[in-house]
Amino acid sequence: MATAVIPSLMRKLTGGHDRVTVSGRNLREAIADLDRQYPGIANQLTEDGDIKASIAVSIDGEVGTNGVLDTIRESSEIHFLPQISGGN
Amino acid sequence: MSESKNGHYKVIGTRPIRHDGVDKVTGRAKYGADYAFPGMLFGKVLRSPHAHAIIKSINVEKALKMPGVKAIVTSADLPEAEDSTQQVGEAAMNPRYLSMNILAHQKALYDGHAIAAVAATSPHIAEEALRLIEVDYEVLPPVMTVDDAMKKNAPILLPNLRNKEEGDNPTNVANHLQFKRGDTKAGLAAADFVVEREFHTAMVHQGYIEPHNAVGIYNSDGQGTIYCSTQGAFDVRSMCAQVLGISVGKIKVVPAEIGGGFGGKTTIYLEPLSLMLAKKTGHPVKLVMTRGEVLRATGPTSGSKIKIKMGCTRDGKITGAEVWMAYEAGAFPGSPVGAGAMCLLAPYNIDNFQIDGYDVVVNRPKTAAYRAPGATNAAMASETVIDELAEKCGMDPIDFRIANAAKEGTAQIVGPPYKRIGFIETVEAIKNSPHYKSALTGKNRGRGVAAGFWFNAGMQSSATVNIQTDGTASVITGSTDIGGSRAAMAMITAEVLGMDVTDVRPTVADTDSTGHTDVTGGSRTTFATGMAVYNAAQDALRQLKERAAKTWEKKPEDVKFEDGKFSAEGEGIKPMTVKQLASRLARTGGPITGRAQVSTGGIGVGPAFAATLVDVEVDPDTGKVQILRATVAQDAGTAIHPSYVEGQMQGGTSQGLGWALNEEYFYDSKGTLKNIGLLDYRMPTCLDLPMIETAIVEIPNPIHPLGVRGVGEVSIVPPPAAVANAIYKATGVRMTELPMSPPRVLKAILEHRRVHDLQAAAAD
Repeated sequence: MATAVIPSLMRKLTGGHDRVTVSGRNLREAIADLDRQYPGIANQLTEDGDIKASIAVSIDGEVGTNGVLDTIRESSEIHFLPQISGGN
Repeated sequence: MSESKNGHYKVIGTRPIRHDGVDKVTGRAKYGADYAFPGMLFGKVLRSPHAHAIIKSINVEKALKMPGVKAIVTSADLPEAEDSTQQVGEAAMNPRYLSMNILAHQKALYDGHAIAAVAATSPHIAEEALRLIEVDYEVLPPVMTVDDAMKKNAPILLPNLRNKEEGDNPTNVANHLQFKRGDTKAGLAAADFVVEREFHTAMVHQGYIEPHNAVGIYNSDGQGTIYCSTQGAFDVRSMCAQVLGISVGKIKVVPAEIGGGFGGKTTIYLEPLSLMLAKKTGHPVKLVMTRGEVLRATGPTSGSKIKIKMGCTRDGKITGAEVWMAYEAGAFPGSPVGAGAMCLLAPYNIDNFQIDGYDVVVNRPKTAAYRAPGATNAAMASETVIDELAEKCGMDPIDFRIANAAKEGTAQIVGPPYKRIGFIETVEAIKNSPHYKSALTGKNRGRGVAAGFWFNAGMQSSATVNIQTDGTASVITGSTDIGGSRAAMAMITAEVLGMDVTDVRPTVADTDSTGHTDVTGGSRTTFATGMAVYNAAQDALRQLKERAAKTWEKKPEDVKFEDGKFSAEGEGIKPMTVKQLASRLARTGGPITGRAQVSTGGIGVGPAFAATLVDVEVDPDTGKVQILRATVAQDAGTAIHPSYVEGQMQGGTSQGLGWALNEEYFYDSKGTLKNIGLLDYRMPTCLDLPMIETAIVEIPNPIHPLGVRGVGEVSIVPPPAAVANAIYKATGVRMTELPMSPPRVLKAILEHRRVHDLQAAAAD
């Protein structure tokens, strides 16, 4: 099972848990499983069926490029990060 | 001969003359304001004189009747843009707010906010016509600082703005972010030394020399073209399409040469206005900002307030940190507080921390990106507190940093572990520098060091490599060239194809002529566009091998390519150069074009660190700080063209020193910007700075085929903290406010003397 690391301010939705075990072959399935365990969290992470534009997702240290279709492995660690912008 | 320590390169790591150099030094290079077309009109923008006001009415009748005036646009001409968060290039943006920034809707939200735009037969007529536009304002109290904006009964800028924590209550706080690990209270309780300080940093501008400009052309068939100075032609196209409610397929953006951007040209101001006015008039319309408009109405970076409490053990291990930070977003949400929060402790391995960041709207221009956005403010706080902790421990400040350094496997502030990074090597490069080993003598002099982090971005890029019939090549990308990227792209192509770099012609194409490419920003161009070019050149090389195989009746895998020559085992087979093979393209299958597109992830693809060492002399009578010597070390991954890497390091350091010492927006009590020229907005000149010494560190980025990390930003991060630490060594005064201009430094010195005298008197 993969591990989703919950952003600090969303932990109120997971009863304070910062790491939640999730199942799924891709991010869409993992978020759906997360939402089954903690209803409402998918609304914080997704919009119109894809990851919110204000959020980036790191899977095993790599920022994904395929949105909810990014592949999840059994041992994956998933982090939800705020998007940032650069300058030069 | 290549200088790079990574791999055995022939071209990478050398210092050829840039391909666009002759055009630029002879004045042939075409910048946005140079474009002219038959029948072209000239546009000017009416701007709000009030920082905060309701726009009760706009009457353009008199102005429209003025001879020579052809059209006027206001927000009434804009379609209603979507109120949502969308990804454009590297930034998340709200099309509604973007539209409201292009032309004020109902409210003017900062001094200089665009109200209307006029097109006329000359710039002077357009300017005169602005005076005839009648705007009825109801002036409201301005909200200029995060402290004022966060007060309970503060005037509200955006009546519909809400955040998750305040429910349905109107607010000026657009967002609250938090990063937390371990037990911060316990970490601080375990510390032998704790330092707690509050910092304030001023809003500053990127200070690019070329003002914003745009020429819009709109054909009767609904096809539009925009010529402009931008860091990202594709983003200009996307944003204009959003604001104007038209398809991206109907807009072509031609990026002109760019006279600096540093993040400030990653958004739009004049571009949609030029197209709207062109559509209304049927003529091309050109708009060029004045310096005053650039300062009043384009995006600087945030001023900020940061409170930090950090503790460490007696032997120099950081045990915990608590940080509260609020950044001015300007009139609309979107400050770089999130990036600042993620960078603030990024060089260090800390088990216990909590960082709370607030994005706050104020009556100042909407902030835009500026070189490592948010990180410089943050480092001013963290790196001066770390200096203070090191002193309390009696440790060398570099040894203190090494003792707490993040390395491969350390969890980043946002959670995932770092891959191979070069923070320790970067600060060690400073420690090993001739500067650090030299003695600093003399009165009122001090030496300071500081470090900094920036993620570096990846994102999307496209590239095409064409093999010409004489064995030369062209490389086409969509990345506007700000810091020498044409040369870097040509060098990568030449390296792969075994060519001389002068045989590769690099071109920056418009949005119809190359595949989607995100902005030249986030230090991403040499990383991501460089990766696309590398892959495109490899694609061309693969096809060349196939042609050689065809010629020799061999399998492609039997063909070797070494030292610029194709060869294969077999009787009568003579090695062929690229030139020899290229001359046979028409007879072996036709033209060869290598193509590649990459999507490399968003942030953190090439974590980069810099460290700065500065010597200062402080005049105790005036508070003026003179930079005597400065050295910067930075991990570039692999330096493709070392001169341009050094140029970025020196440029970032210079901007950081300007931010440290002089630059700030001065607003009066009504919220009117008072320093709207470069005489009053004081950026450093060559007379203010010594030659900045550089030390390029090359720890290859494991996720890039050439080890590139990107180099455009991180060197701006440490200088203010390094200068503050040097001022402390020179005067005994800890500075906590930017800029550290003469009045502020003098005030701090006098206060320090007063306290010292009182203590001395009490001791007597």
